Amino acid sequence: MSDTPAQSVAFVRETAIPPSPAPANASGIVKWMRDNLFATWPNALLTIASIYVIYLILAGTMPWIFNGVWNTNSLAECREVLDGTVGACFSVLTERWNQLLFGFKYPVDQYWRPLTAFLLMFAALAPVLFFDLPRKLLIITALFPFVAYWLIWGGTIWTPLFALLGFVAGYLVYARFVTQSFAVGFFGGVFAAVVVWIVTGYITPMLAPEQPLLEAVPSRDLGGYMLNMMLGLTCVSLSLPLGIALALGRQSSMPLIKWICVIFIEFIRGVPLITLLFVANVMLAYFFPPGSGVDLFLRVVIMITMFSSAYIAEVIRGGLAALPKGQYEAADSLGLDYPQAMRLIILPQALKISIPGIVNIAVGLFKDTTLVSVISMFDILGMIRGPILASTDWNGVYWELLGFACVVFFVVCYSISQYSQWLERRLATDHR
Amino acid sequence: MKKSVFFGAMTAAGLAAGAAAAGTLDDVKERGKLNCGVTTGLIGFAAPDANGEWKGFDVSVCRAVAAAALGDATAVEFVPTTGKTRFTALASGEIDMLARNTTWTFSRDVDLKFDFVGVNYYDGQGFMVPKELGVSSAKELDGATVCIQTGTTTELNLADFFRSNNISYEPVPIETNAEAQQQYLAGACDVYTTDASGLAATRAAFENPGDHVLLPEIISKEPLGPLVRHGDNDWGDVVRWTLNALITAEELGVTSANVGEMASAGNNPEVSRLLGSEGGLGAMLGLDADAFKRAIETQGNYGEIFAKNIGEDTPIGLARGLNAQWTEGGLLYSPPFR
Repeated sequence: MSDTPAQSVAFVRETAIPPSPAPANASGIVKWMRDNLFATWPNALLTIASIYVIYLILAGTMPWIFNGVWNTNSLAECREVLDGTVGACFSVLTERWNQLLFGFKYPVDQYWRPLTAFLLMFAALAPVLFFDLPRKLLIITALFPFVAYWLIWGGTIWTPLFALLGFVAGYLVYARFVTQSFAVGFFGGVFAAVVVWIVTGYITPMLAPEQPLLEAVPSRDLGGYMLNMMLGLTCVSLSLPLGIALALGRQSSMPLIKWICVIFIEFIRGVPLITLLFVANVMLAYFFPPGSGVDLFLRVVIMITMFSSAYIAEVIRGGLAALPKGQYEAADSLGLDYPQAMRLIILPQALKISIPGIVNIAVGLFKDTTLVSVISMFDILGMIRGPILASTDWNGVYWELLGFACVVFFVVCYSISQYSQWLERRLATDHR
Repeated sequence: MKKSVFFGAMTAAGLAAGAAAAGTLDDVKERGKLNCGVTTGLIGFAAPDANGEWKGFDVSVCRAVAAAALGDATAVEFVPTTGKTRFTALASGEIDMLARNTTWTFSRDVDLKFDFVGVNYYDGQGFMVPKELGVSSAKELDGATVCIQTGTTTELNLADFFRSNNISYEPVPIETNAEAQQQYLAGACDVYTTDASGLAATRAAFENPGDHVLLPEIISKEPLGPLVRHGDNDWGDVVRWTLNALITAEELGVTSANVGEMASAGNNPEVSRLLGSEGGLGAMLGLDADAFKRAIETQGNYGEIFAKNIGEDTPIGLARGLNAQWTEGGLLYSPPFR
């Protein structure tokens, strides 16, 4: 008989030891700081230096911001209130708020019109930007340009109605003939639309009432951040389809189309935007009789659209070039004709590749709209540099005004950039 | 070949614009509005206020012309122009007159084909220094660092002035007035030089304007005045004599307050001719008899306009100096209304 194992083993653990918390210096905020901020001596030194720099910046700006004065009527009054202490004169923003947003000539009692258009813009953009929404909402998007035009410019309602009618007629003709051939449908549609516009162009003055429902506001009276938003939105949405067309045209096998597109793109890319704006403002005035001529806003829109569409075309061409040749051949082997192949196979992939580049250009274009201030249009920068700084009340206020312009531009540009990153994640269908 | 076609088209367009502009006064009357070119904003001279209404020294000239020609001082469409777009706006007929603190020079008058109708402000290049420097004359500025806008006539004037006085300076080139203001206050330069009216306006915006002085030397001639297109002398006369009426009114003691009384009193023949109660001067211009009376009634005489917009009681605080009447040692001298 030997000893039973029960007696030879002193202790057998029958349950697991409950996990104990990690030591204090290997968990939580301490560990995070040790890993990320003070991992090595050089890292620790850099961290301390950075914190010191951040402290210096905040110590300089925070008193200035929090000590700011919001309700005085002039710089002199503001300085009196501050009485030698450090502080911002934000009262220039509150006193000139409407001018910064709408320019100085838009009728004050009509501010609700651009505001309504601004709110409608979100409804119109939503179905385009977030394609999980019901497709029927695109009707709002299609109607938005006409409603917004009528709201902002006012005047007779027949102008936007007839413009819409032209598009409807064009679409009907297109839908009727596109089954035969895309080209017949497309050009037939364009022709129908132009005919409708020419005919209604003669009728509109007869129908226009003496006192339109919404008071007409000429383009010259538009201004402020509203002008930047309008130019940015119009030009981005116009230059995207134009850019796609140019990119495809540049790849076309038809020499005439190809060379027209190449020359257009290369010429526009070789000329500074500011030059084109000067041409729009100054040179064109020589070629029209005094008093008539194309609206300045429209001239500027055309020039900026041409400019950005040339850049977008090159970005999209990059996307097209990045597609494997097999995709083109696959489309051919399925028996798709050129428009079908482009719409269904090539462009969806090429555009997905081009998103970062297109967004880059859209952000740049939006910021470039401030250039119109040099041709005496009063966008937000024009308002700041011209009327506001030139008033006897506010001459000498720079940081507050330009800081405000930075903030409003940052909000929009950062939103665009965040959206594009969401879009890229959403469209990531490959398995890399 | 291409080039000649292009210039041909330009010339034709220019001629067409010139022909269309032949009867500017009739155009203005028919339109019911005066298109007046102003700056996009210059403190004291032209800027829209918080309600979007244009105010300023140059603006008053536009309003006076509108009051004389159209009978309504508010019938003005102000067209903001930049230094680069102002002359094409006038040449192309987009505006009827330009009142945009523009210096009257030979080449602008002759080569660009404009007519300066007179001078409404005699400006000149001056110097501003901090008081603590203890300088009382520009000739004591030997070796000073000077903030100066590049590419302007002020740069050349400065070089001339220092060389002719045989003293040296070190230029600090800057781009805009706003930049100059910051550089000067930060001590990057001892002296800031530009037009005297601009200096006064800049100083007015400082936190402690009293710490800076404007030196007495004025080293260049900058006569600023309204201008019209070459070749339409009838319209040029309307603008010229409206400006002269404002100046003469001050000389004769006619103000916006007493203009009605003076017109009916009739004891000074020149006042009566100016205000249209005799002589029929307005009709000779194609206007009605009360034209100048309305201009003075709505805008005040030259002295009132000056005092209201840029005078010593405003934040800009300009003294009359050269812009006083000739009877008080200034240069303002209107030909007689006869």
